Amino acid sequence: MKKWGSLLSTVWLGLSTHKLRSFLTMLGIIIGVASVIILMSIGKGTTAQILSNIQSMGANLITIRGGASFGPGGVRGAGGSTQSLTMEDAEAIAEQVSYVSAMAPSSSSNLQLVVGGENTNSQVTGVTTEYFSVNNLNIASGAFFSESDYQRGAKVAVLGSDVKETLFGEADAVGEKMRLGTNIVYVIGVLESKGAGFDSPDDTILIPLTAMQQMVSQSRTSQGEHVVSSINLTVSDEKQADYVVEQVTSLLRTRHRLSSNANDDFRIQSMQEISQAMQETTNTMTLLLGAIAAISLLVGGIGVMNIMLVSVLERTREIGIRKALGARERDIWTQFLLEAASLTFAGGIIGVIVGWVIAYIVSRMGLMTTLVTPDIVILAVAVSAGIGLFFGFYPAWNASRLDPIQALRSE
Amino acid sequence: MIRLQDITKVYPMGKRELTVLNGINLNIAKGELVGVMGPSGSGKTTLLNLIGCLDKPTSGSYYLEDREVSRLSSGELARIRGQKVGFIFQTFNLLSRLTALANVELGMTYAGGVDRQRAIEALAKVGLADRVNHRPIELSGGEQQRVAIARALVKNPSLFLADEPTGQLDSRSGQEIISILISLHAEQGITLVVVTHDANIANHCQRIIHLRDGEVVGEESA
Repeated sequence: MKKWGSLLSTVWLGLSTHKLRSFLTMLGIIIGVASVIILMSIGKGTTAQILSNIQSMGANLITIRGGASFGPGGVRGAGGSTQSLTMEDAEAIAEQVSYVSAMAPSSSSNLQLVVGGENTNSQVTGVTTEYFSVNNLNIASGAFFSESDYQRGAKVAVLGSDVKETLFGEADAVGEKMRLGTNIVYVIGVLESKGAGFDSPDDTILIPLTAMQQMVSQSRTSQGEHVVSSINLTVSDEKQADYVVEQVTSLLRTRHRLSSNANDDFRIQSMQEISQAMQETTNTMTLLLGAIAAISLLVGGIGVMNIMLVSVLERTREIGIRKALGARERDIWTQFLLEAASLTFAGGIIGVIVGWVIAYIVSRMGLMTTLVTPDIVILAVAVSAGIGLFFGFYPAWNASRLDPIQALRSE
Repeated sequence: MIRLQDITKVYPMGKRELTVLNGINLNIAKGELVGVMGPSGSGKTTLLNLIGCLDKPTSGSYYLEDREVSRLSSGELARIRGQKVGFIFQTFNLLSRLTALANVELGMTYAGGVDRQRAIEALAKVGLADRVNHRPIELSGGEQQRVAIARALVKNPSLFLADEPTGQLDSRSGQEIISILISLHAEQGITLVVVTHDANIANHCQRIIHLRDGEVVGEESA
């Protein structure tokens, strides 16, 4: 203990003699560590934001779309391009698969949309009333269409927030009419924004599926079933999502009379899978950002090595005196190594604080979502101390190998 | 205590070699006060460095307290320097950033551990009880050399080596240093080897060894 105490005071003495120089050396590490913290926290924050967007769309959502999935052929049609899903599939799933608490088939189509003088082409989705609850949608103004609207195929529409913004600007859209294809449709509601994200409902126009079937001549399969483009399911127990996916797959294969070696003619995806895929992508992005920041940390480390080499040169005589007094090579080595490591360790701690504060400010100003997690902090401090040990090694070794007689003679 | 047998020390100087010590044979008994004299370049300092285990001979054997030390590793030599040898240099070799007390404590750092009380006692013994917290720059040359003596003294070495201890001092300070060294030798029976040009010191030595061109050319006993 006593020995460590005197070693630490020796180290402090070495660093405090040149306070400005020690600080500037540390600054390189501070900037490096702070940028690691900031960039990693931006990466983590973005990940968290995307995940929470996905969660807000319903964590226990399963989406089934028509169209072949990946197969040995390698090529796959776009989702919904193959008209293989039907209303009757949806009803069969609701009846026969357990843990399915709600089911919402929908059918999408691109239609000519005219509002005032504006003429655009827009994606319109025909849905059932369950669609709103299955997809966790909330209304911002107006209302969803009712069960009776659905039954009689009322020509009413609920707009996503971005669509409303584009078509009507700041004005109130509820009660306005617009032309979809050859039909006049009344806006009865506007959805709350969910933020940009996977398959955001902000860009959609929702109308009753029954109205959709009247407006667009819906194709039927050879069995005479109504084709839909996708079916959304809510699972009552998140843990059973995989089981439900399995059950639905085998049910649909049976209903579609697929032979055992044929590929699925639909795609099924649970929100959990999507969020896992998203997480992998954003984790890669976070690592990439961290690696870029780590380069500045490396430059800081080289600065430490430079200063330690200068310091050893300057203190040659001190090293000679210490050796004459009985310091072994190991003692000198430890002293200089610890000086380098304390510089970078202290720089690391200060860098964490600086980075944390900046990340907080960035987050507060609404520029970007940031998230500082313990693992980033521990990683940054450990890496900075490690850099001190790595870049301090050679100067310390140089110091320890000095010949005491020549060292004593130097001025 | 010290036994040197056929010690030579050769430094490579580019392509030629410089022989600094050439077949030194020397015995120094425990408690002796020995002076080493000779013109500059005669190898006095090199001899002292060898005796103090700061350097190794090119050939020959060196027995310190009956132990052959000329072939030891640098780590073991450092241990011997730390525990047995107290150096006093012409240029004091204090660390300018440290106070007198901290400089004395430095003498103990590599010799078993710092004991502040003993450091203060050592400073008192050389008459610097009131200068404990002064830095070298605030001390006179004589006072600085006294700090250096305290630094050597504090670890109770069995061997004191002084290399022209009064070389940079005025005669009055030099005289003080001499009397401190003489009284340490008289009171504590310290073995003391002094390299010097100073006749004042030589007068107090029990034995004078004369070096010239790396060889012992004469010995006289008082």
